[in-house]
Amino acid sequence: MAGLAATLGSGAMTNSVEDLSEAEVMLVIGSNNTETHPVIGMRLRNAARYRGAKIIVVDPRRTGLVDDSVLWLSPPPGYDIAIVNAMAHVILEEGLHNEDYIEEKTEGFEEFKKALVPYTPEYAEELTGVPAKDILKAARLYGSANKAAILYCMGITQHSKGTDNVKSLSNLALLCGQMGKRGSGVNPLRGQNNVQGACDMGGLPNVFTGYQKVGLPEVQGKFEKHWGVELSDKVGLTVVEMSNQMMEGNVKALYVMGENPLVTDPDLTHVEEAFEKLDLLVVQDIFLTETARAADVVLPATSFAEKDGTFSNTERRVQLVRKALDPPGSARLDWEILADISTRMGYEMSYSSGQDVFEEIREVTPQYAGITYKRLGREGLQWPCPDEKHPGTPILHTKGVTRGSALFVPIEFRPPAEVPDAEYPFVLTTGRDYYQYHSATMTGRVKLLRDACPESYLEMSPEDADKLGVSDMSVVKVSSRRGHVIARIKITPNLSAGIVFKKFHFYEGAVNRLTNPVLDPTSKIPELKVTAVRIEKHDGPAPEPESQGMCLM
Amino acid sequence: MLMEKNKMDIFINGKEIKVSEDETILSAARREKIHIPTLCYMEKLLPIGSCRLCVVEVEGCEKPVAACKTPVVPEMKVSTDTQRLRDMRREILSFILMTHPLECDQCELKGVCTLELLAKEYGVEAPASGVTSPRPRTAEFSTPAIIYKPYRCIACGRCVSACQEVVGRAVLALKGEGIGAAMEVVNADKCISCGECLSVCPVAALADAGMNELDHSDKGKRPKKTQTVCTYCGVGCTFDLNVVDGKAVGVTTNHNIGTNKGSLCVKGRFGYRFVNSPDRLTTPLIRKNGKLVEATWDEALDLVAKKLTSIKKDSGPDSITGLTSAKCTNEDNYVFQKFMRAVIGTNNVDHCARL
Repeated sequence: MAGLAATLGSGAMTNSVEDLSEAEVMLVIGSNNTETHPVIGMRLRNAARYRGAKIIVVDPRRTGLVDDSVLWLSPPPGYDIAIVNAMAHVILEEGLHNEDYIEEKTEGFEEFKKALVPYTPEYAEELTGVPAKDILKAARLYGSANKAAILYCMGITQHSKGTDNVKSLSNLALLCGQMGKRGSGVNPLRGQNNVQGACDMGGLPNVFTGYQKVGLPEVQGKFEKHWGVELSDKVGLTVVEMSNQMMEGNVKALYVMGENPLVTDPDLTHVEEAFEKLDLLVVQDIFLTETARAADVVLPATSFAEKDGTFSNTERRVQLVRKALDPPGSARLDWEILADISTRMGYEMSYSSGQDVFEEIREVTPQYAGITYKRLGREGLQWPCPDEKHPGTPILHTKGVTRGSALFVPIEFRPPAEVPDAEYPFVLTTGRDYYQYHSATMTGRVKLLRDACPESYLEMSPEDADKLGVSDMSVVKVSSRRGHVIARIKITPNLSAGIVFKKFHFYEGAVNRLTNPVLDPTSKIPELKVTAVRIEKHDGPAPEPESQGMCLM
Repeated sequence: MLMEKNKMDIFINGKEIKVSEDETILSAARREKIHIPTLCYMEKLLPIGSCRLCVVEVEGCEKPVAACKTPVVPEMKVSTDTQRLRDMRREILSFILMTHPLECDQCELKGVCTLELLAKEYGVEAPASGVTSPRPRTAEFSTPAIIYKPYRCIACGRCVSACQEVVGRAVLALKGEGIGAAMEVVNADKCISCGECLSVCPVAALADAGMNELDHSDKGKRPKKTQTVCTYCGVGCTFDLNVVDGKAVGVTTNHNIGTNKGSLCVKGRFGYRFVNSPDRLTTPLIRKNGKLVEATWDEALDLVAKKLTSIKKDSGPDSITGLTSAKCTNEDNYVFQKFMRAVIGTNNVDHCARL
């Protein structure tokens, strides 16, 4: 998000799911969307099968979409920039770039061009092991298409160079003028149903709603006037920084609403220690999650089925969530609980309904100003939607990019923070399963889903399994510089030698005991996708799937 | 300009209609709100042409043609409602009802079922002798999420096409001929339990197995449907959550709306069940002597307010942090960050966007 915000002026998906399937070429990089965004995966697959779209997959794993692709490039995790820069190098070399677009709509091209000089496909092959001829082919496909779209996900962002990864993709799209039209653009697929909305609403330490920056005098003034209090102009802490500051004793309290950091955060053992130092941990959730079990106070909240409100999806579409059920027991609406505490702390909040809250959101958020519950109807509206006559914006940057002129940024390849060595010779990467979701708080309680994906194996290539002398279901100890877990082996042809994979959904054998909390300096995203690990045979039992104590529906 | 060139005129029931050359008779008629009955046709699928109910007469053609598969040609003259067509349709419906029992009172689609409505419209009744060679009430399906009731299957082929064209899996096929034709599972291990098949079935031969877990007394009840948005990934699929007696019992989708146009994944289609879980938190809990014990809302909220106030006073607002949620609504998130900023006085608010 920080990457695109810098180069284009807006960090969201540029296009919509509907128009993306018109692309002639799709570069799908670091996105296992047939599992993580299945309905988008279906659309892409169909675009390939029924419309002749050519899909290029760049991923260390052989993901589901590879079957429908024309080309699969498989660099090791953390080496994407070498590939993307080399593609740009070829496009320039062969004159496939869009001179008019570069001339009219962009800046910084000359410096970018200079920085690309060393990135020949041969050099990229040396760095990544991906054959130069495949990089050449990918560059020619993307560079010659009338409509070419880039789609990416956490495989691009969860790196210590995540922002650079994103900027390199933005460079590629700008180089070919693939921006502001149907079937083009740079499209980050957002992971959670309302992660776009949580960002839009200012659930971030550096911005208020609508990405209005903390610290800008006019922004501070606007919100101070609206909320009638003085506000801090100091940028706050991100999630990983919070636990670091707990360790230092500087953070005394944490209020968690509907998250489960004790499964999802990197370097869990460190996070657990940090949480123990807190004077107050409040958890507001619908289940007694791992995090809630550690809390001082647990507040029962409502699920999506029990509330009125809005979610904003990956394509910036604001949609109505409608109450279908009464909350169980005395559980209450999330905003209502917060408003109640707020009032008890002397700041009166007296919203009458979700709609009432939304009316305030519209007033302070320019992108949402034209959206009303009434207008949302059955289809929703895509922001920006600045006034009540505005039809919404399915495609961004149609009249030039948001920041005025799109910015090329020279990006140098640098290896991930941890590279394999004699002590930790494997690269571990993480991801999701089609049948599970995040920390499995919800999916883990649905029998059908639990049965389909009961535990997270350590997945490895047949070559590595041979080398280690392990077979399917063998139990191993996986260690990184931060901790270890016990896991069963699953051998898969979808991985190359030297790279292993583990899903992060489960507390038992949680992969985040191993992951590296090193952050991208701009986005503060941890490098969850690259951890150097050691793997040894283990004599003891593997962790039991944790369905015990959980009521399966 | 290009569009103009491809436009042409045709006549349906004497009415002049502008169409473009890539249209079929059916799509042109639908746009003009001219009723042509269909059972197998769906806009999101390639025309199947199995039910033959969309037969129409075209001047100059001896035999009626299937409107769903016949492209328009300039000046074509189409009739959609002649005696001959009505007779043909009646015959087709009678044939379907030889195997599909009209047990509409026991069916969840009662009142909205196209087959039921067409049978009424065309005055076709169930054969007096009952259905011929009845098929099994249930059969093994490719996923435990779905119950297959072969006795209802009318072999329209929608599920087969949807699995192939929308999901790209080809789990299902039509087997048998004539009166013996029905859908069968041919590729069970390719199934991803997405329920696309279930969502396109016009006669409820496929059903959410969750519905079956209802008390028998609830089964006849018409579920209350509420359109909402899926709680899982960022695609933001829309569906109707079906509720009977305060319990979520299924989801149904509308093939014309939303980002998903009726498609869902296994989590969207069946993952709703967690909302009924007896594990749901129903009362506030407070840690006392190391244990979480039940408390009243007043106790819990007073405690939180008191503690936050004293920590803020002693250690400053920046000693307090908050994680808002990508699972909660915009309204919840807005109030959360406002609470952290305006009430606590810190910008220490983040969520798992990065995880």
